[in-house]
Amino acid sequence: MRVVLAEDHFLLRDGVTRLLQAFGHEVLAAVDNGPLLHEALTSLRPDVAVVDVRLPPTFSDEGLRAAVSARTEVPGLPVLLLSQYVEPLYAHELLATGSEGVGYVLKERVSNGAEFIATIERVAGGGTAMDPEVVSKLVTGKSRDEPLNSLTPREREVLECLAQGLSNAGIAEALFVTEKAVAKHVSNIFMKLELPPTESANRRVLAVLAYLDR
Amino acid sequence: MKSTRQHIDAAAPGGSGAAGGLKAFRRSLTLWFLAHRAMWLSLWLGIVWSALRGPVGLKLLPGTVRMVRALADRERAYAARWSGVDIPAVYPELPASGAERAKALRSQLLDRGNQVRRDWRWVHLHAFVGGAIALGPLALALTGVWGLWTAAMGTELPAEWGSLWFLFIPVGDPATAALAGVLGAAFLPLSVFWAAPLSLRLHARYLNLLLAPSESELLAARVEHLKSTRSDAVDSQMSEIRRIERDLHDGAQARLVAMGMTLNAAEHLLETNPDAVRELLVEARQSSTAALKELRDLVKGIHPPILADRGLADAVRSLAMICPLRTEVVIDLPSRPEPPVESAMYFAMSEILTNAAKHSGAERCWIDLRYEAGALRASVVDDGQGGADVSAGTGLRGVERRLAHFDGVLAVSSPPGGPTQMTMELPCELSSPKTTSS
Repeated sequence: MRVVLAEDHFLLRDGVTRLLQAFGHEVLAAVDNGPLLHEALTSLRPDVAVVDVRLPPTFSDEGLRAAVSARTEVPGLPVLLLSQYVEPLYAHELLATGSEGVGYVLKERVSNGAEFIATIERVAGGGTAMDPEVVSKLVTGKSRDEPLNSLTPREREVLECLAQGLSNAGIAEALFVTEKAVAKHVSNIFMKLELPPTESANRRVLAVLAYLDR
Repeated sequence: MKSTRQHIDAAAPGGSGAAGGLKAFRRSLTLWFLAHRAMWLSLWLGIVWSALRGPVGLKLLPGTVRMVRALADRERAYAARWSGVDIPAVYPELPASGAERAKALRSQLLDRGNQVRRDWRWVHLHAFVGGAIALGPLALALTGVWGLWTAAMGTELPAEWGSLWFLFIPVGDPATAALAGVLGAAFLPLSVFWAAPLSLRLHARYLNLLLAPSESELLAARVEHLKSTRSDAVDSQMSEIRRIERDLHDGAQARLVAMGMTLNAAEHLLETNPDAVRELLVEARQSSTAALKELRDLVKGIHPPILADRGLADAVRSLAMICPLRTEVVIDLPSRPEPPVESAMYFAMSEILTNAAKHSGAERCWIDLRYEAGALRASVVDDGQGGADVSAGTGLRGVERRLAHFDGVLAVSSPPGGPTQMTMELPCELSSPKTTSS
């Protein structure tokens, strides 16, 4: 994979670069501010961007804004946001630019190298990767909402895993059930959220959006 | 302060046209009725006053003062609502217990320059002055009716009664009767459209003249208010710092120490027991995750990152997003208020939304946040069962205090059965330019 990395802390930038290289990926650019990031994203067209939300010069949401504007210019550009904290509004804004190839995880997930790399690869492959914290916040937040109300607790758990971007096999492993059971839950979820099977749209992502978008 | 709170629900002064005139006329009748009440109160006050030296008068005093204040409050509210004249009232503090209270009231009555004494003086005058002002429109209307009546009876009655006058007109033949009729008819619109609104305006001005506190008194009250809110602010800041210190000490710091110890143990076991080392390392990593989470929560409690990044509007949107209620948000802020004001409003909103989600049993909730007339105004309405009470819990009290640091107020309307409306008003300037949210 060809990766662009934006992170203003030298230690983290260096660490993630080395981690990526150790897993055999190429780091095209490792930048430390918003304007440079936007420049790198639009000119280098990486396979995936790993972006810290808070970057110079404003130290607010510079990274998010650069990523969002790059994604409007280069549709489908995979972006994985890293952040010190969970902000559902940011997840929402990122998803508004398209739901494929996006991720938003806490910075501390970096400390588990293999898992972190797997997350990046999932996003690069067009999947979604929402941090369990983001998901659980939105899930508890909107627990009274229709039609999510009609989901059973188990289906809700499965949907949470879907939102994190896990495959059926991954969900089965996480929830200690068989893959067949997961497939059944997933199809139930699609039915209850009224997501008919189509050729084009990724129903798994749509189901996740049903959560995030109320 | 009471006066500001009234300001929040003050409707715009009445409409125009026939309906407006009739409304003003009806209001002047209400005022006239209140003037009667003032007359009885004034008589009663005379009795209490003459008995004031004895124990009986002292016993009657608190109730009497309360009645006078209720009447004055009502008239002040009318002046604010009908004429837009805000008359501040600064009542001196009173001791709680009965006997002391009565004595304090007596000394306030004898002292010059305080609200109790002013109310007292006003009630005596009001029976006459207020009555006369309020009677104007009615008197004009009655004159008009008399004119019409004399016009109708003008040809027959004078013969029986000897003579019949309308104003300066001796009514006797069809010509004078017609004149009286025309004049009388002219009095009716005059009463409704001119006299009634005028009497309401006069009432407000005269009330202001008699009841409004002096500059120095207002200033003293203001100083008192500032003193108490400042000490409140200092106290709450102090306890906030203590909380942060405690949270750091017991939470993240302790976890980091534990992590160091675990790593140390792992180092010792490295050669002899690799399996145990693996377990210890997992433990250390969990500790670091937990410490990070605690630090994150702590930062959020001090100053939410979204508020720092995006400002109040988006921070409130974010609150609505994670609020369990189905929430509709309308925000109209041209730019950002000062950071401390933003923060006060944010935490107030957060507390109110949490309350609504926890206790109200509501399904839906509407947030309206706007900048208007030099103040940040927010209202949160839910469709729950109501019954929220500022004096009951510590939560709303805390919101009130938080806003009071900036001279803001919280108004709660929450009848049993709902709905609950919380209105917050925070005077402030908008300054720093808006951060674009793309």
